[in-house]
Order: sequence, then C-alpha cells, then structure tokens
Amino acid sequence: MCGIVGLFLKKDELRPRLGDMLTDMLITMTDRGPDSAGIAIYGDAAEGLKFTVQSDDPAAFDGLAEALEGALGTAIPVTLKDTHAVLLVPAEQQAAATELLEARGLRIMGVGEAMEIFKEVGLPKDVAERFGLREMGGSHGIGHTRMATESAVTTLGAHPFSTAEDQCLVHNGSLSNHNDMRRKLARKGVFTKTENDTEVGAAYISSRIAEGATLGEALEGTLKDLDGFFTFVTGTRNGFGVVRDPIACKPAVMAETDDYVAFASEYRAFADLPGIETARVWEPEPATVYFWER
Amino acid sequence: MPTLDMSKTELREVNATLQAAAKAQANEPFEIINPRGSHAVAVGLNGPLDVTVKGSTGYYCAGMNKDATIHVEGSAGPGVAENMMSGTVVIDGDASQYAGATGHGGLLVIKGNASSRCGISMKGIDIVVHGSIGHMSAFMAQKGNLVVLGDAGDALGDSLYEARLFVRGSVKSLGADCVEKEMRPEHIEILADLLARAGADAKPEEFKRYGSARTLYNFNIDNADAY
Repeated sequence: MCGIVGLFLKKDELRPRLGDMLTDMLITMTDRGPDSAGIAIYGDAAEGLKFTVQSDDPAAFDGLAEALEGALGTAIPVTLKDTHAVLLVPAEQQAAATELLEARGLRIMGVGEAMEIFKEVGLPKDVAERFGLREMGGSHGIGHTRMATESAVTTLGAHPFSTAEDQCLVHNGSLSNHNDMRRKLARKGVFTKTENDTEVGAAYISSRIAEGATLGEALEGTLKDLDGFFTFVTGTRNGFGVVRDPIACKPAVMAETDDYVAFASEYRAFADLPGIETARVWEPEPATVYFWER
Repeated sequence: MPTLDMSKTELREVNATLQAAAKAQANEPFEIINPRGSHAVAVGLNGPLDVTVKGSTGYYCAGMNKDATIHVEGSAGPGVAENMMSGTVVIDGDASQYAGATGHGGLLVIKGNASSRCGISMKGIDIVVHGSIGHMSAFMAQKGNLVVLGDAGDALGDSLYEARLFVRGSVKSLGADCVEKEMRPEHIEILADLLARAGADAKPEEFKRYGSARTLYNFNIDNADAY
C-alpha cells in the first residue's frame, strides 16, 4: 500500500497552518503505511541553501556548527530537529558543505532554497511529533506513509526522496524496471544512494529537468520510461505535480477550493480540511499529468 | 429518524445497528452523519432499509447490499456496492474504481463519474452512470446492464459475456471481443426503464449498444499452435 498526501496553498493566510493541516492528513493515512513516514515542506525561501541532514547518532551534530564555520569561513546556522538538522549554507559554498557533511557521516536528505525534508521509521504520529511538523509553515508540502515493498524499512528508504535542489518525490506503488533505469541513469552520471525504486523515479525526473525538460514533460516521460505501478506526487520550488500510471490501480483523489489544492490516497485524509464540504473533489485520470505552480 | 454519528460511533457499531434493523425488516429510514470517508459504511444489509449517508465514503461502501436502499450524498471510494445482490445504491458524486464489481442484482446509480473498472465482472447488476466511466469497465461482465450517459474509457467490455452496455457518448476503445450491436425495440424498452429508475434525463434513442461478439466462448483451433 502506502499513503500519500499533498497540499498546495493558494492563499498566504493559510501558510502558518500548512504543517498542522498536512500532519492531520498524514496521520489519517497511518493504516496505509505504518512503518515510516516523511514530509517535504516548502517554507520561506532562504538567503542561501537549506541542507536537511540526518544522523541516527545525536553525537554527529556535536560541534557541527563550529566545524562548518571553520571549513567555510562563515557562521552557518544549524537548527536541530530530533535526528535531523537544517543548515543554512551560502549557495556558493554548496560543494564544500556537501563534502564536509558527507565526511562527517551525515546523510543529506535534501537541499533547496525552500524545501526541508524530515523522514523517519515509525508511526506517522510519532514521526510528526519528533520533528514538530505541526508547527511548520509554508506554501506547499507533500508527505508519505510507507508500507515497504521494494527495499528495507530504514530512514533512507522512507519517502520523500530528493535528488535535486528543491525537488522531491513520493510514490505509492512499485517500479519493475528500476534496476535497469538505475544503470541507465548511472551511465549519464546520475547516481542514487539507495536500492529503493522510488529514488530511481525521483532521479529520473530530476535528470530530465536538468536536461531541460519542464516538470510536465518530465512527468510525461515517466509514463513512457518507467514500468510498474505508480501514483507519483512530486514537489518543486513553486508547486507540485501528480501523475498515475496508465493502469491506475493505486488510489488517488484530489480536492480544490479557492484556498488550496489537496492530494491524498483516500478521501479520509481530506475530512478536516477547511471548506472540504464544498470543494471540487475528483479522481485524477490515469496517464495524465497534473501540476500546480505559483 | 435514527441518526448514527460516525464521529462518535465506531464503524462496527454503525454497521451492526443497520444490519440488525435490516434483518428485522424494519424498513425505517436511517441517517449516517460525519462519514469522513470511512471504509465499509453500510455493508452487508440484508433486508429493506432506507439509509442516507450525509457525506463522502471510502472503500467498499454498501458492499453486498440486499434489498436496502442506500443513498450517499457525496462521493464514494473504490468498490462501492461491490457484490450487491439487490436493492438500490445511489451516489450523488463520483465513484472511484470498480464500482458495482461482481454485482449480482439491484440498481447502482452514480450521478457523477465512475473511474476505471466500473462494473468489472458484473453478474446481473444494473449500473447507471450519469457522467463518464474510466478504462477497463465491464471487463468480463457476465450479465446485467451498464448504462453510461457520458463517455467510456479504453477497452470497454473486454472479454465480455452476456452483459449489455449502453453508452451515449464516445467510447475511447472497445476491448477484446466487444462490438457495437443493433439497438432493437426490446433494448430501447430496457434502457427507457433503467433511465427512468435512475432519474436520468436522456433518451434511449441517443445510446449505442455494445455486447459480446462471442468469439472467445469456444477455443479456436487455429490458435492451437500458440500453446
């Protein structure tokens, strides 16, 4: 199974409530995916790049700010959130920061001007609590509750997967040609970090965008180049997109009002959204790309 | 009218209450409020009962219905009225995948659209969709009538047996062994009755009929080499 939720706000007034609304949606999807959960949230654009890093060992964060300042020659704000930390790095220092973080054994979950990613093994309500997801504001976000099929139940196997700045992907389904696609991407110099099928989907989309495709074209490409079952929801700096494979076994429902566009695996996740009683609710068509951008 | 509030009452209690009332042949109206997309709402009702669901439902609403009338004032998730035996189920909004799957009898009315696999393996149920239906609808449908006022998606009626399919709009593609057939007076009569019972504002003459070419019923010896 797996559960997916997504929320794209059209009005700024709701921004402080984004995390709260997404958390309720995520927890409702617990019985579709109780083994791990994650969320990507797009907040205010920072002056620089936000690195979200993770470590199972709390000691890995000791002295991190000092080490970064020593190596990069500038003070780097570090915000600890349970097993994750968000660092604000000047854009020109991205390569140096990446090298230092990896050398310290920290896992980079995502990088972007607006995007922060938090994911862990455990029940969605516990994961949300640990990271304080409810308190997070932003313009849009996507979340995932996982019932693992294609790779182990680990933090790195949880969704969302980010394979480029401010881009991420959540997936319900299973890809059957991910090993072949992983090799094809590697030949182009695009490498994945895990054995997970979804990461390959994310890397495929990122590589197409890097080659000049629009988000819409990259999502169209998944229909031709990826084999298997998928409902994908992808987040970008400015919005989010949805695509389902042509067979469309994996459920999907969308809702739109003047205030927001919402996606979920099931209608249940919408039950607490404001104005849902009068929202336009529909099932996205198979093999059809939808996206909303601001 | 008894009202069951699903924000305060467990699903099992809601269904047990409805099932007991149906079994007692109570034939009284029940109202369910705050369904919030719950799964398996009003399933297994085995007797006359009038249930109104004020909101949208999740998976398998009104499954296995017998004699009861269930009206959802919202949309329905996957598998609505699955394996219905008799009675009536009306969905005011859209229905997700495999609406009315394997249904043996009764009438399922969807006032919005139905998505993929509507009426898959239907075995005698009548389904009237006021909107359009998705791909692979009426796959291996054996008996009953599927009426669509809008359009049908890909592979309509693939590997069809004796169900009748009536579509007013376009059909994206027909599945294996499904063909357009002549609309005879008896079909107009069946369709007029179904449209009237489903409150559908359409004329039977506007529809085309599709059914099985019956070429898959027996093994074609010319294909022996394939095995």
